[in-house]
Amino acid sequence: MNRQTLQQTAPHTTQHQTGNQRFLPDNLNGAWRNRLLRWETLLLVFVALAFFANTQLSPYFLDPWSLSDATFNFTEKAIIALPMALLIIARDIDLSVASTIALSSVAMGAANSAGIDPAGMVAIGAGVGLLAGLFNGYIITRFDIPAIVVTIGTMSLYRGIAYIVLGDGVYRDYPQGFAFFGQGYVYGVISFEFTLFLLLAVIFAVILHKTIFGRRVFAIGNNPTAALFSGINVKRHRMVLFTLVGLLSGIAAILLTSRIGSTRPSIAMGWELEVITMVVLGGVSIMGGAGSIAGVFIAVFLMGLVTFGMGLLNVPGIVMSIFTGILLIAVIGTPIIWRRVVQAQKMRSKMRGG
Amino acid sequence: MKFRKSLLAAAALVFGLATVSAQAADNIRVGLVVKSLGNGFFEAARDGAMEAAKEVGNAEVIYTGPTSTTAEGQIESINALMAQHVDAIAVSANDPNALAPILKRAMQRGIKVISWDSGVAQDARIVHLNPSNNELIGKTCVKLAADVVGDGGGDIAILSATPTSTNQNIWIGEMKKALPDYSGLKLVDTVYGDDLADKSYRETVALLKKYPDLKAIVAPTSVGIVAAAQAVEDQNMVGKVFVTGLGLPSELAGHVEKGSVKSFAIWNPIDLGYSAMMISYKLATGAQGGPNSKIEAGRMGTISFDENGDGAMSEPFVYDASNVEKFAKIF
Repeated sequence: MNRQTLQQTAPHTTQHQTGNQRFLPDNLNGAWRNRLLRWETLLLVFVALAFFANTQLSPYFLDPWSLSDATFNFTEKAIIALPMALLIIARDIDLSVASTIALSSVAMGAANSAGIDPAGMVAIGAGVGLLAGLFNGYIITRFDIPAIVVTIGTMSLYRGIAYIVLGDGVYRDYPQGFAFFGQGYVYGVISFEFTLFLLLAVIFAVILHKTIFGRRVFAIGNNPTAALFSGINVKRHRMVLFTLVGLLSGIAAILLTSRIGSTRPSIAMGWELEVITMVVLGGVSIMGGAGSIAGVFIAVFLMGLVTFGMGLLNVPGIVMSIFTGILLIAVIGTPIIWRRVVQAQKMRSKMRGG
Repeated sequence: MKFRKSLLAAAALVFGLATVSAQAADNIRVGLVVKSLGNGFFEAARDGAMEAAKEVGNAEVIYTGPTSTTAEGQIESINALMAQHVDAIAVSANDPNALAPILKRAMQRGIKVISWDSGVAQDARIVHLNPSNNELIGKTCVKLAADVVGDGGGDIAILSATPTSTNQNIWIGEMKKALPDYSGLKLVDTVYGDDLADKSYRETVALLKKYPDLKAIVAPTSVGIVAAAQAVEDQNMVGKVFVTGLGLPSELAGHVEKGSVKSFAIWNPIDLGYSAMMISYKLATGAQGGPNSKIEAGRMGTISFDENGDGAMSEPFVYDASNVEKFAKIF
C-alpha cells in the first residue's frame, strides 16, 4: 500500500521539481550569518545613536569616571547573560539566577563570619553557584521536567534558603581584601569587574562560535531530537550549560557582594528578567537555535548606555523601564517589520511584472 | 504610525527634561533619593523639599529612586547623581550597609551626604535625620491621651504590639516617664495585640469590658490603633472611650469621621522632606555637620545632632478632623 502510494506520488514530485527550480544553499550557515550580521549592525547603530544622544543631552556624560561608574550598574548582570545566551540558544532557560546570587552571597557571608579568608570565600561563592546550577541541570535532565518549571521552583527554593539562614539579618564587615573584586580597579578607571566581563565575553564567544561544544549547542537548540539522533549527548550538554549558568551566577554574586559590602537575602531581587532581557535584546532567539555572543555583548552596552543616559537626565525609573520595554520591542521588531515590508514590495513588483 | 508617534513623544520628553536640567546648572543641586518611586509618603517629602528649595532660592531638588525598594536600584540612582556632580545627596536607605560603599565614594568626591527617615551606616553619611525621637514620641502620646480625657482626668490603657518589640517598649517607657506631668491620668493596663488586627481587636474588647471607666486607649502601633478604633465602634463606646496613638492618616480618616479617634500622631512627610533639603543645602553651602553639631533648618528651627550624628526633627505631627482628609491622600 505504502509503496504503491509512494510510486504514485513520486513522478508527480519530480515533475514539480523540474518545473520549479528549488534553491539549494551551498552553506547552511550562510543565511543565518547574514541575518545575525544585520542584527548586530542594527544594535551597533542603536548604540551609536544612544551614545550620540547622551553626549548631546548631558554635559556630564563624557567623563571617564562617570562612564566607569556606569559600568557597575550592568556588569554583574552582563556576566550572567553570557552563559544564559548559550542556555537559551539550546532552547532552555534559567529563572533562578538571581536567587542563586542570594544563596551564594549568604554562603560567603557565613564563611566570612566563620573566619575564612577572601580566597576561600571566592571559592565558596563560585562553588555554591556551581552546585545550584548543577542541581537545576540534574533535576531537569534526570526527571525530564521543563526547565522553566524547575527553575521557577528553585528560584523560590534558593532564595528561601537564604531567608531561612539570614532572616531579617545582615552579613557585613567583609574584609578589605574582598572589596577588590567589586570595588577595585585594574588600570586607571577600568574596574576589575569590567575587565573580568570583557575576558569572559571573549571566552564565551570562543566556546559558542569556535568549538564543537558550541556547534552542538546550536544543534540542540534547533532540534533536540535530531541532535540526539546524530549522537549528541543532549542531557549532558544541557547539564553542563545549567552548571555554567550557576557558576557564573556565583561569580556575579562574588562581585555584587564585594561591591555593596553586605548581604541580605533580598540581594539581586528581580535580576533574572533583566539578564534575560539583555540576552533577547542581543538577538538570541527565545525559541532556541540562533544567537551570538557579539549580539549579547552589544546589547549589554546598549542597555547600559540608555539607562545611564536616562539616569543622568533624572528620568524616573518607571519611565526608564517603559523605555527599556520600547527599546526591546523596537530592536526585535524592526528587522521583522523590515523583512515584511521588503517581502510585500517584492510581491507587489512580481504582481505588476506578471 | 502610532509607534513612530510614541517614539517621537518619548524623545521630546527626554529633550524637555534635558533643557530643564541645563537651565538650572548654577544652583545648589540636591539629590533626594527615596526608597521607591510612586509612594505617597515620599512624594509628600519631595513637595516639602521643593518648598525648601523655593525658600532658599538658588537650590534644585532632583527627586529620584528605584521603582521597587531595592538597595541595588538605589545604588544606580546614586551613581547617576554622582555622575551629574550634584552638591549633596539626601537618602532614605533601603539598606543601611549595602549603600555604604557607594555613599563613601560620593563623599570622597566632595558630595555632602545625609540620610533621613531610614538611615545608613554612620561612616557613610555626615548626619542622619530622624523624623522624631523616642522621648518626643512618648510625650506626644501622653499629651494626646490627656487631651481627649479632658481636665477631669481618668483611666487610660496602652495597646502595644509584641512584648518584645524594642521600639514599642522604649516608647511605653517614655510615656510612663511623661505621665506624672498629667496628674489626672491613670495608666491601668498595658496589653499586647502582637501587631495582628484580630488579636489587637480582641484585646481592646477585653479592655473595654474589664475597665468600665476607661477613657482612652493609646496604641503606638499603626495596626493596633486601627483595630482598637474598630472595636470601640463595634462596642458602641464612641464618645465614651477615645483611641489615640501613632497611625497612618489613610487608615484612620474613617475612624476620625466616626468619632472613635479624635486625634493621633505620626511624622509629617512634608516637614521631613523640607528639613532634609534644608540640611543638605546648608551642608553644601559651607555649614559644618557631623557628631555634636547644630544645623538651622528654616521653619523647622535648629536641629541638634548627637554624638553619633543622629538628629530628631520634631515631635510627631498631630492629625485630627481638620487635616486628616488632606494627609489621607498622601500616606
